[in-house]
Amino acid sequence: MKKQIHLRVNGMERALEVAPRTTLLDAVRDQLGLTAAKLGCDIQVCGACTLLVNGKPVSACSYLAVDADGSEVLTTEGLGANGELHPLQEAFMDLGALQCGYCTSGFLLTAKALLDENPRPSDVEIRDYLGGNFCRCGCYQEIMQAIKSVAGG
Amino acid sequence: MSGIKQMEPADIGKTFRRLDYETKVTGRAQYLADMSVAGMCHGKILRSPYPHARIVRIDASKALKIPGVVATLTRDDILNHPAIDPYYGPVFKDQTIVAVEKVRHVGDPVAAVAALDLDAAEEALRSIEVDYEELPAVLNVGDALKPGAALVHDSVKVPESGFADLAELKPVEGTNVCTHFRLNRGDVQKGFAESDRIFEDTFTLPAAQHSFLETHACIASVEPGRRITVWATTQNPFVVRTQLANIFKVPVSKVRVVVPYLGGGYGGKVYPKIEPITVALALKAGRPVRLVLTREEVFYTITKHAAVIRMKTGVKNDGTLVARECEIHLDTGAYAEIGPRVAKKSGYTAAGPYKIPNLKIDSYSVYTNKPPAGAFRGFGVSQSAWAVESQMDIVAAALKLDPLALRKQNGYDEGDKFVTEETLRAVGLKKCLDEVAQSIEWGKREEITGANVRRGKGLACMIKATITPSISSAVVKLNEDASLSIYTGTVEMGQGSETVLAQIAGKELGIPIETIQVLGVDTDVVPYDLTTSSSRSTFHMGKAVQLAAQDIKNQLKQIVVRDFGIPAEQIEVAGGKIRLPESVIEYKDAMSKRFGMQGGTLVGEGQVKTSTKNEFGEKSTSAFWFLAAGAAEVEVDVETGKLRLVKYATAVDVGKAINPLGCRQQLAGAAITGIGQALFEEIAYDNGQLINPNFIDYVIPSLGDMPPVIDPISVEVPDPSGPFGAKGIGESALIPVAPAIANAVFDAVGVRIKDLPIKAEKIFLALRDKDESGR
Repeated sequence: MKKQIHLRVNGMERALEVAPRTTLLDAVRDQLGLTAAKLGCDIQVCGACTLLVNGKPVSACSYLAVDADGSEVLTTEGLGANGELHPLQEAFMDLGALQCGYCTSGFLLTAKALLDENPRPSDVEIRDYLGGNFCRCGCYQEIMQAIKSVAGG
Repeated sequence: MSGIKQMEPADIGKTFRRLDYETKVTGRAQYLADMSVAGMCHGKILRSPYPHARIVRIDASKALKIPGVVATLTRDDILNHPAIDPYYGPVFKDQTIVAVEKVRHVGDPVAAVAALDLDAAEEALRSIEVDYEELPAVLNVGDALKPGAALVHDSVKVPESGFADLAELKPVEGTNVCTHFRLNRGDVQKGFAESDRIFEDTFTLPAAQHSFLETHACIASVEPGRRITVWATTQNPFVVRTQLANIFKVPVSKVRVVVPYLGGGYGGKVYPKIEPITVALALKAGRPVRLVLTREEVFYTITKHAAVIRMKTGVKNDGTLVARECEIHLDTGAYAEIGPRVAKKSGYTAAGPYKIPNLKIDSYSVYTNKPPAGAFRGFGVSQSAWAVESQMDIVAAALKLDPLALRKQNGYDEGDKFVTEETLRAVGLKKCLDEVAQSIEWGKREEITGANVRRGKGLACMIKATITPSISSAVVKLNEDASLSIYTGTVEMGQGSETVLAQIAGKELGIPIETIQVLGVDTDVVPYDLTTSSSRSTFHMGKAVQLAAQDIKNQLKQIVVRDFGIPAEQIEVAGGKIRLPESVIEYKDAMSKRFGMQGGTLVGEGQVKTSTKNEFGEKSTSAFWFLAAGAAEVEVDVETGKLRLVKYATAVDVGKAINPLGCRQQLAGAAITGIGQALFEEIAYDNGQLINPNFIDYVIPSLGDMPPVIDPISVEVPDPSGPFGAKGIGESALIPVAPAIANAVFDAVGVRIKDLPIKAEKIFLALRDKDESGR
């Protein structure tokens, strides 16, 4: 039994037919073709699937699409605006905050949510807020630097 | 465009924004699980619930009655199939596409299905009936080596031709010994007799998992005429191509392997993984199949070898190492995979980076009923170095010597002989040691920060080889506008190879990096490369690309000789232009002249083939050498055993840092994985069941686990054979981490942890034992 839901994804109204147990991650990836968010652990631990729902980071691997009905969803594809990259995207590139890139979408969106809530976070606040995002390539120092460079600006 | 003219030529030793970055930060990069092909269906694997069992009966007929199920695959489909050899494996043919007679580990593939959607595929798995007869299982190397132990393999198929460097290694019939590597040098008994002190210790470390965030995935398509295409998450597409050609009995030209960006590899994506089963499913289904492993399945697919290392070392009172006897047992799991080479590399490095004249080293890979262990960043050396470098500090403490001085006293210098008697070249070991020592202010006692807290410092170092002999080939195309396309089989898995290769080609040709495109890997298009592993790509493929760019320069010179009538000795190709005594010619103008219009392509080729003989005419086991050191500063709470890493410094002899930021990323990144393995990573088993195959119970480092400072230091001792002197750097920084931290713990609180990971409870219990024995 499918249910129709309405999402505003990256600023665009979308109507989707989803099964009650379809995850938001699957809906966005499979139905909307927005594949920046990745499935990593499937149990809300690694952060690779992070999306912003009404501005707050969620683990989309474990968040039902029906629960997002009526919500604003931001994916990394929608992070830039007016043909410009988001400052976090620029900082991640300039400071080398990624290697394989599989975790990057999750880090960018989580960092954006952090800076929206708390424009000048301390090191400890950054560590706490991004503690649920894994980077196995180990770019943590560069990620810290990148977020701080944007926060400081 | 005028913009191109304003761009600076590529350079070496300068950080360029990586070429893979923009597509990655915008979420546009397509990884395998983001891809689909028309008509594709979805695969799923049924896996063994038992560590060791005979398959009495298997019946998949009910699965095909489920709506949406397209195909099933069991042993009945691969046995006696005229066009399938079900046996494969990089060293021994001990793996099968699905289990044939018996299952050998929990998670061993038993059957597979392809369906129009994943729900139908999962339902189909549940409908497959399998009757097992459980068999006694061997669950660790100790049990596996006991007389009368159950055999994981009754016999092992050894292929007629295989890797040259492993030719002498064979399974020991009637035992679970997969391979036994021996290294003897001098007279070890005489050496012990001449020693003032003898140290004997046993060190252990558990299995670990690569934990790339991207699980293994594959899309396979078999077109009529047995044209096989696979999109694969592999670090060595050409090896996968060869293995698939052998399994499915077609020429390699009929197999096409395409590799998108990988979401991490770290050794866990070398050699065939899920490609054979996906191709078999696609063949049976008659349509493309996509298979994406779950996180749990990755733990059943490949692990890092657990090890038990017994090390006996004879030393003079002044610290001179005289003799070593070492027995290494690596738990290679149910299939050999590349375990025989891992064991060999462990054996080669059991002397560490030290001159020890008398050696008797025995390194075994041992079959057990556990998921297969294979390559992991560090490839056997992180196992041996755990023992070597921990024992160095045991020796230093007993002889009251400075651990840094002891290492430098015995450590390799330029021109010293490695244990294989080959001469070492470009040896930055002591520079690395000095750099990390300086970084953590070695010798300076730090202030104690709390009543129960003690601080300590420790260091460790290492030597490692790269796979030799090996081959890398590159093709570059100079286009009519003087832009360049680079074709190589090097897989971009996060290490930054695209950018490094573009820098090398751009520097050689004097053209801007913005005009260079590094193409993705497709075995139909790019020339042969052995593998993206063994930290070999910068050295080998970098050199091949440099040679290919030089080939282009020669062709440009020939054009000017032929079409402009200038004598060759008056022509120099440099700084992005063809320079004559009185004038310069742009590349694109030379091409227009040659082709008679603005069009055409110049194709340059470069090949690197390393040899089993070195420049001194000696037998060579490594085309170049990795040297590195690490140093840790820790705080230990003596009440609880809790350890806090305060600082970690890592220095690697990179030869030449082509992209300095890229080097720092690789060094710090490898060190961080090393920190995880030193402090908490451990695959746990209960009666052969892997009980933590997920990221809640198998914990990898996150931001909160980082020390306040990680200091990655690139030491540059150029290797004359490398491109601009560069060596490989991918693995080195991981290897010294665990012993450096263990040595720092000893320095802080005087207890020696010999079993990884170094958890608080182990320190706590060791402190309690020390207190009790002290009373």
